[in-house]
Amino acid sequence: MPDSAARPARLLVVDDNKVNRLLLTRSLDLQGHRAAAVENGRLALEALRRERYDLLLLDIEMPEMDGFAVLEELASDPDLRDLPVIVTSSLEGVENVVRCIELGAEDYLPKPVNPVLLKARLTASLEKKRLRDELKELVRRFATPEVAQELEASGFSLGGKRVEATVMFSDIRGFTPLVESQPPEETIDLLNSYYTLMFDAITSHDGIVNQMIGDGLMAIFGAPVAMADHAGAAVRAAREMIELVEMFNAEREAEGKPTIAIGIGIATGEVVAGYAGTSERATYTCIGDTVNLAARLEAHTKAAQRSILMDAATRAELDAGVAAEPLGPVLFKGKSVEVEVYAVK
Amino acid sequence: MTQPAVDEATFKALEQTTGAEFVKELVGTFLAEAPGMIASLRAARDAHDIERFRRTAHSLKSNANTFGATLLAARARALELGAADAVHAPDTHAITELQHAFEHAAARLTELTNA
Repeated sequence: MPDSAARPARLLVVDDNKVNRLLLTRSLDLQGHRAAAVENGRLALEALRRERYDLLLLDIEMPEMDGFAVLEELASDPDLRDLPVIVTSSLEGVENVVRCIELGAEDYLPKPVNPVLLKARLTASLEKKRLRDELKELVRRFATPEVAQELEASGFSLGGKRVEATVMFSDIRGFTPLVESQPPEETIDLLNSYYTLMFDAITSHDGIVNQMIGDGLMAIFGAPVAMADHAGAAVRAAREMIELVEMFNAEREAEGKPTIAIGIGIATGEVVAGYAGTSERATYTCIGDTVNLAARLEAHTKAAQRSILMDAATRAELDAGVAAEPLGPVLFKGKSVEVEVYAVK
Repeated sequence: MTQPAVDEATFKALEQTTGAEFVKELVGTFLAEAPGMIASLRAARDAHDIERFRRTAHSLKSNANTFGATLLAARARALELGAADAVHAPDTHAITELQHAFEHAAARLTELTNA
């Protein structure tokens, strides 16, 4: 009778021997799983790249491509390296077991495979996979895709590295009086719509939003994934943000709601980017003078009565065709020297 | 005391865990596949193809162990582990003895599945 208590999984059996394939798939069927079978490593990789499987049961001794080669291929493939693999083999010698484990196999079951052991190992492996998948999903939900990918690729460690990047700060002008003039539910709706639009504009130009505080946000262009034209991308994103806010305001006006205005500050230069916090709770962020300058420029948009302000380093990186209005030097709080400020037209 | 062709405890355990009807089909598959594997063993020996010889003996050992065909498994294991010698200094009796072990196992497996 199929074991309905087990969580059904989709499994791939790889074995060149027909009796072994039939026996393993039968055992897995009886445990309530869905199993497909192929007869060598090459076919296994093709199947894994074509369809999603939860776990691989892998023989070692096979013609064309053996199990060791499959393990090596899986380890080098970012899409497949997390797939749990249980090796089932009657290959003798502890060195072979060690080699499988070193190549990334999660477990090793000698043939003939004991069904009780198979069930226990499968359950454990699938549970570990489920937890890993949940963790990945959490990371994807609370981090940007770029940060999630970087976390997956290089793991998590506190500390940063120096990179050239462009930093953007943006917030809603006159937000506090707006909040006080309407019910909190409306403010949350407003913020959700606003953030959706701003995220779209920023991510469509390869930036990442790494902080949201109230009505303000901070975005980075050029980290964690390096990009050649980070300054240009930030300015294009800023322009799109302004256009989207104008469209958003047209809708709000039609509904009789108050409109909003945003200010954006952009600065380019060296930043230290990485994970800051504790080993239990950390965030991907950037620090440095460039970050402080972007924040000051954003704050200055109100006094300058311009929507987008940038520093000279950002201006220098832009194509000559991008119109910029020089506003002259400004001495910002906390700065010892004046900064040339430009408005994006 | 003569070693039985098939260890019945192993065979019964297989039936209990996967079902008698399924085991009957599985035995049928094995009996259909094994002669080809033994022929492949001879061909590999004649071609001095150690890898193929070892892999085929390994496969036969694996199947024999599944059904509890202990003598056949032992013969196949000896060939697997001594593949290089078997190919370079062929002991023609070794494969013949394995063939006999298979025939005994096949007869006993057929009896057990028809019981």
